Amino acid sequence: MTAHAPTIARSGAARPSTSAAASGADGVTPPALEARGVTLAYDRAVVFEGLDLSIEQGRVTTLIGANGSGKSTLLKAFGRLLAPSAGSVELGGRPMKSLATREVARRLAILPQKPLTPSATTVRDLVSRGRHPHQSLLRPWTPQDSTVVDTALASTGLTELADRDAGSLSGGQLQRAWIALILAQEAPTILLDEPTTFLDLAHQLDVLRLVRSINRERGATVVMVLHDLTLAGRYSDRLVVVGEGRVIADGTPWEVLTPDTLRRAFALEAMVIPDPSSGAPLIVPVDPE
Amino acid sequence: MTTQAGSTQASGTAPGTAPGTAPHGHRFFGRLWRGRVVTATIGCLVAAVLVGILGIVAGSSSLSIADAVQTLLGAGTRAQNLIVLDLRLPRVVGGLLVGAALGLAGALTQTFARNPLATPDIIGVTSGASLGAVSAIVLAGGGYSVAAGLLSLGLPAVAAIGALTTAAIVYGLSWRGGVDSYRLILIGIGATATLTGITSYLIAKAQITEAATAAQWLVGSLSGISWASVWPVLVALIVITPLALVQSTSLDISQLGDDMSTGLGVAIQRHRLIVIVCAVLLTAAAVSASGPIEFVAFVAPQIARRLAKTGRPPLLASALVGAVVVAGGDALVRGVLPGEIPVGIITAIVGAPYLIWLLTRKSSREGTA
Repeated sequence: MTAHAPTIARSGAARPSTSAAASGADGVTPPALEARGVTLAYDRAVVFEGLDLSIEQGRVTTLIGANGSGKSTLLKAFGRLLAPSAGSVELGGRPMKSLATREVARRLAILPQKPLTPSATTVRDLVSRGRHPHQSLLRPWTPQDSTVVDTALASTGLTELADRDAGSLSGGQLQRAWIALILAQEAPTILLDEPTTFLDLAHQLDVLRLVRSINRERGATVVMVLHDLTLAGRYSDRLVVVGEGRVIADGTPWEVLTPDTLRRAFALEAMVIPDPSSGAPLIVPVDPE
Repeated sequence: MTTQAGSTQASGTAPGTAPGTAPHGHRFFGRLWRGRVVTATIGCLVAAVLVGILGIVAGSSSLSIADAVQTLLGAGTRAQNLIVLDLRLPRVVGGLLVGAALGLAGALTQTFARNPLATPDIIGVTSGASLGAVSAIVLAGGGYSVAAGLLSLGLPAVAAIGALTTAAIVYGLSWRGGVDSYRLILIGIGATATLTGITSYLIAKAQITEAATAAQWLVGSLSGISWASVWPVLVALIVITPLALVQSTSLDISQLGDDMSTGLGVAIQRHRLIVIVCAVLLTAAAVSASGPIEFVAFVAPQIARRLAKTGRPPLLASALVGAVVVAGGDALVRGVLPGEIPVGIITAIVGAPYLIWLLTRKSSREGTA
């Protein structure tokens, strides 16, 4: 992604850039995101206490867990939508709190669960708002911004619908429009909170294939929250199971999606077999006798 | 993911759109100018100028439009100068400025709360300003000279304190980790009732002359307006309008919700604080000049939004529609209707049914401001 070059150059002036650090003496790539001793709470109801979790660059990591397990809460903390009451969240090795929110927005994009669709707004207008972090009074819209928006529309298959009112889109089309907005933001790390909710299976697959292509073609780091365990296993490099205020299991889909973990984390009796189409773990619930 | 092969060009691919025309607008100096918004704003500006001229002509002394324009350009007779420059001009300019301040304030609060019902009148800001102003009128209790001094400087200040305090309390009480617009509106209605009660109490306890002044002022009228009370509104508009316009991209982004706004790099708390303080100060300036002119802050942004066909009320057009509504209403009152009826009564009679209509429509089709 050539468009990322200015961002990297800018951060490189302040500290060793991520690529420089990657080829450093220790040869270890710093995590895209890292939670260090993070405590998260809503109105004193503690969801996580002293949680450590790091997200590697360039991979698709999916947070899964039962309802109310706090997976969305954790994603919000990574997206600085929820400030930890203790500990810190680091973005590319720097504490999130030390970065201006616009600076964070150039490196990290987040698609919340229920964004509001503005009225009387075309799809192109909506997607154009993704360029906001790259603009200011002194650096207004440029032809390059238009190119980025056109590319985002094209890669989500929305070019034909660009001049339609966003309110007239179907659920699947609208979700693609939101993803196009996130793409237009050109952040190397992307957070998605349940991007497949309210979509039928075909459109869920549509969105997840799009997410995977963003990861593979743009090299973006993706962290998402999903409900469907089989889909999570099929489209993720790494699964993190959360619950009871901690990480219950963490690893590749085959390491995590075991009958034992499913029983502990989801109270689910199930068999796990290889999906005949993709070879990913397929969860087959077992009815009690 | 299906991607259409070879369809990555810019706009103009939609059926029914002529190639080369971008239906969403054009960019000049890097800013997006939607044609419809520009047209609506210019149209409203022309309407405001026309209403201003009509306002100078309207009234008991007969003046032609040509006379009015001539006098404004400095070629009037002594009598014309007196009528136009000293008597009618402050009232017309006052009406235009008060309307603009109310329209802009309404556009700001409706946009930030994402709800057309969230206007300064409804969320208690206007009644806070009124209470401040009425307590100044009543408690000052002095002769005419004190009152005159108060009208130019003291009244706007006290009204601003009343409005800011109310806004802080209502906003603080409705805060639940974000603004819940219905909570804001309900608490605002409660605050309005309380503040109106206290205002009535003050008037009931006051001396008869002050009570009469306060009661007349509370109706919302331009009849008592003078250059001294117009200046604070002008200053408020000159200072606040650019501040508000700078917030317009953030206002656009904030329509996507709080989380999305933060994700896109809008410092949402700071943005909100700026927007609220702008709206509150504009309301206070307007209210201290003319008394509370009801429903203008509510109606003007909604008219402007429908004219411009935008997702949120356009700021400048809302201000201009407000100017047209107040100055036009006042011209109507003076020129057409018998007797001296305060313009606030007219805006309330016309505005309240519009509020009811919008409420009934809103329940059937949930929409954003």
